[in-house]
Amino acid sequence: MTINPGPFEAREPGRLCPRTTGTYNVSEGYPSYARGGMMNDISVLIGGKAGDGINSAGLTIAHLFNHLGYRVYMYFDYPSLIKGGHNFAIVRASEQKTGAHRGTVDFLLALNNDTIDFHTGMVRPDTGIIYDSGTVTKGTGTPIPVREILTAENAPLIMGNSAIIGGFAKTAGIKWDVIEEVFRHHLPKETGKNLSVARLAYDAAPVIRVVPVIGSGHLPVITGNEAMGLGLIHGGMDAYISYPMTPTSNLLHFLAEQASHVPITVIHPENEIAAMIMALGFAYAGKKAAVGTSGGGFCLMTEGLSFAGQSEIPVVIVVGQRTGPSTGLPTYTGQSDLNFVLHAGQGEFPRLVVAPGDAEESYGWASLAVRLAWKYQVPAIILGDKTLHEGTYSFDRTEIEGYYSDPGIPGEELVAGKNYGRYRLTGSGISPMAFPGTPGTVVKVSSYTHDETGLSTEDAEISRVMAEKRKKKEALLLDEVGRYEAVRTYGDRSSPVALLAWGSNKGVACDVAGLLGLSVVQPVVLSPFPLHQVKEALSGVTRLISVEDNMEGQLGSLLASHGITVNDQVLKYDGRPFSVDELRVRVMEVLK
Amino acid sequence: MTDRNLVTPAENTWCPGCGNFSIEFALKAVISDLVRGGQSLDEIVLVTGIGCHAKMADYLNINSFYSLHGRTIPAATGIKLANPKLKVICCAGDGDCYAEGLDHLIFAAKRNIDISVIIHNNRVYGLTTGQYTPTSPLGFRGRSTPGGTTELPINPLELMLASGATFVARGYTRKMEQLRSLVMQGLAHRGFSFIDLLQICATYNNTTDYYNEHVYDLENHDISSFEDAFTKAREWDYNADARIALGLFYQHVMPTYEDRVFAHPPDNTDRLKGIEEILQKKM
Repeated sequence: MTINPGPFEAREPGRLCPRTTGTYNVSEGYPSYARGGMMNDISVLIGGKAGDGINSAGLTIAHLFNHLGYRVYMYFDYPSLIKGGHNFAIVRASEQKTGAHRGTVDFLLALNNDTIDFHTGMVRPDTGIIYDSGTVTKGTGTPIPVREILTAENAPLIMGNSAIIGGFAKTAGIKWDVIEEVFRHHLPKETGKNLSVARLAYDAAPVIRVVPVIGSGHLPVITGNEAMGLGLIHGGMDAYISYPMTPTSNLLHFLAEQASHVPITVIHPENEIAAMIMALGFAYAGKKAAVGTSGGGFCLMTEGLSFAGQSEIPVVIVVGQRTGPSTGLPTYTGQSDLNFVLHAGQGEFPRLVVAPGDAEESYGWASLAVRLAWKYQVPAIILGDKTLHEGTYSFDRTEIEGYYSDPGIPGEELVAGKNYGRYRLTGSGISPMAFPGTPGTVVKVSSYTHDETGLSTEDAEISRVMAEKRKKKEALLLDEVGRYEAVRTYGDRSSPVALLAWGSNKGVACDVAGLLGLSVVQPVVLSPFPLHQVKEALSGVTRLISVEDNMEGQLGSLLASHGITVNDQVLKYDGRPFSVDELRVRVMEVLK
Repeated sequence: MTDRNLVTPAENTWCPGCGNFSIEFALKAVISDLVRGGQSLDEIVLVTGIGCHAKMADYLNINSFYSLHGRTIPAATGIKLANPKLKVICCAGDGDCYAEGLDHLIFAAKRNIDISVIIHNNRVYGLTTGQYTPTSPLGFRGRSTPGGTTELPINPLELMLASGATFVARGYTRKMEQLRSLVMQGLAHRGFSFIDLLQICATYNNTTDYYNEHVYDLENHDISSFEDAFTKAREWDYNADARIALGLFYQHVMPTYEDRVFAHPPDNTDRLKGIEEILQKKM
């Protein structure tokens, strides 16, 4: 079986991220993926039924590229069911940082017919198709006799992935020792058998096009959820309390797994109401707690959110957005809960809301969220989206080194003992926290309006003073977030046209800006609103185009409420993230 | 003994004759006894919900967490897990804990977390001016049910026994000695302790005469027998006329929630080292 080999669809070097330089060894007489100074940029789609292990197969492919020196990104698409249905993962490997999938692929790996049928639009004439010849009847390309290989090795069905991966690796010219290294590191169970299965497929497949090795070092490859979890641990989180809900269930699973190796307690309680209030109990007793959920669970947490605001008990809340309203599309993405998290909870109180856009920002801001919540005694919300939470990224911590200077507690000194007041009025509005067990100290917190000692009051003057005390903290918090790139910019800063993106859309917006010569403005902090930094980022911009995964352009409205005009909107609300090609076309339509 | 005054300067706003006064008195007495016995006063935490009962947080000069309606138990659970040395007492109302927060109550019993829950069960919402609660009898005329309720009450003792509570008792605010004794035993119990405290509401549900005529003390009762406890718990269903047993119905000692949660401490306490090791595996 032969495939007409063609060049990879290459793209221009990006303007933002540091480009790897040097020449790439594209030898051995195989066609090159890079041409005319363009970057190697390879996309692979693998698809099959739920239960086929598509996610882990995709991850293994991502690790193969990682070991060849590429930056990787993986989008995983799955319906809300356990067995059956159609799952697919798109792995993108690039010489530069990437956080978006492309509209077409260079390799299509099919474990079922649906993978052929559903993705015809992503297949180019030069796309290499590798398929399971036992289950795929419509395949043209490189057949892999998966069933026969498994029988020969007496291997279970789930190892069919290893056969497909072995076949793919050969067609892509990946050296066997790379496969062996990746399998040994990432498939600790039955590594030998998986390797034997992969080897049979590897030996049976032809080399079609060699993916060049571009470096020897490789980075950790982690999901957005894992990056957030590690950031929470880094920030000092002692306890994570969560009721499962897509897309943050995997954050719960990850932290529960790690709890035997890092000093954290992980609790899955009866519901989100309990999760939130338990977190406040932890914090009252001196332990830093975080909770995680999606929009529906966050609905149940809002009474606790408002309580945190009133009682000034710090808490971190991870909210992973999916397509709403209500149950919506449980396993698909969305960005329609921005207004909700900004305004949730009765009454007025300061809150931190941050929306990281990739693994590095997830790590850095999760760590900061814990510290800032405790420093300012406010609830801190980390607002993600399914694309980010369940997306997989190369993780380069050098990018966010400046993010974790310890904020420390400002000026106010703790006065424990009989004169302690949990809500003592101070210049900053921040009252030092003591915890139960402090000798001779009574620590009283309350959901009622209260005086300095925490006793309920209905006094008009005290009510006013305490409201102003809480508000004071917001200005200080705003000052501090400005130190950590509250708003980030990318692309050609001299361009008068800027894309406005938040959350995971930062990745696709950067790619499109690179292709079209635009700039990108990404507000990471959304509350308190960093107006100064947004204005600074927009200096010289005469046309602002917002890119959001919602129908009402919620970030655009937020800017408008601060007097900033968004000229055009490119919105998507079908639960699927923009591909680079799709967004490029949509932006070009606007610019016409 | 502590030299600290156990009462705050907050003005007491319970109605004259309110059963809460007895509970406050009993709690103060028990806390004093505990402190005399070596318990650190600094390590006692009171958690209250929302309702008349909850003002206890303002009145007692001890660590307190004045929570939301129905949310004493999750807060207490977090506090206990954060610092297992703390003695955590929940004062909750019947509307508070049996309506708004019933899920938490069942889970606390199921987990056997070492906290003490005292329900100020006056069988009416007082602070919202007189509506029926989950333990009001069928036909109770409240402001939301002027024609009388159309649903039967729940029997909290039966519910707690079925949920796995390891200490189940019922007291009555007019029987102070027994009340003190039950609260003391509940606080001493290692595991989840539950006391349903029959309390009159002087304004909206004054059942003093009824209780005085019907209550009796459990005697010759085997507190280790779940079956006996269940039978006694079902004697009065909080609805029909029956004798009302008071005292400790059931006690059983078994591992607590926190014993199990912390049974396997992590093999590493260095966060940064842990992060590096995790990332190493992801390379």
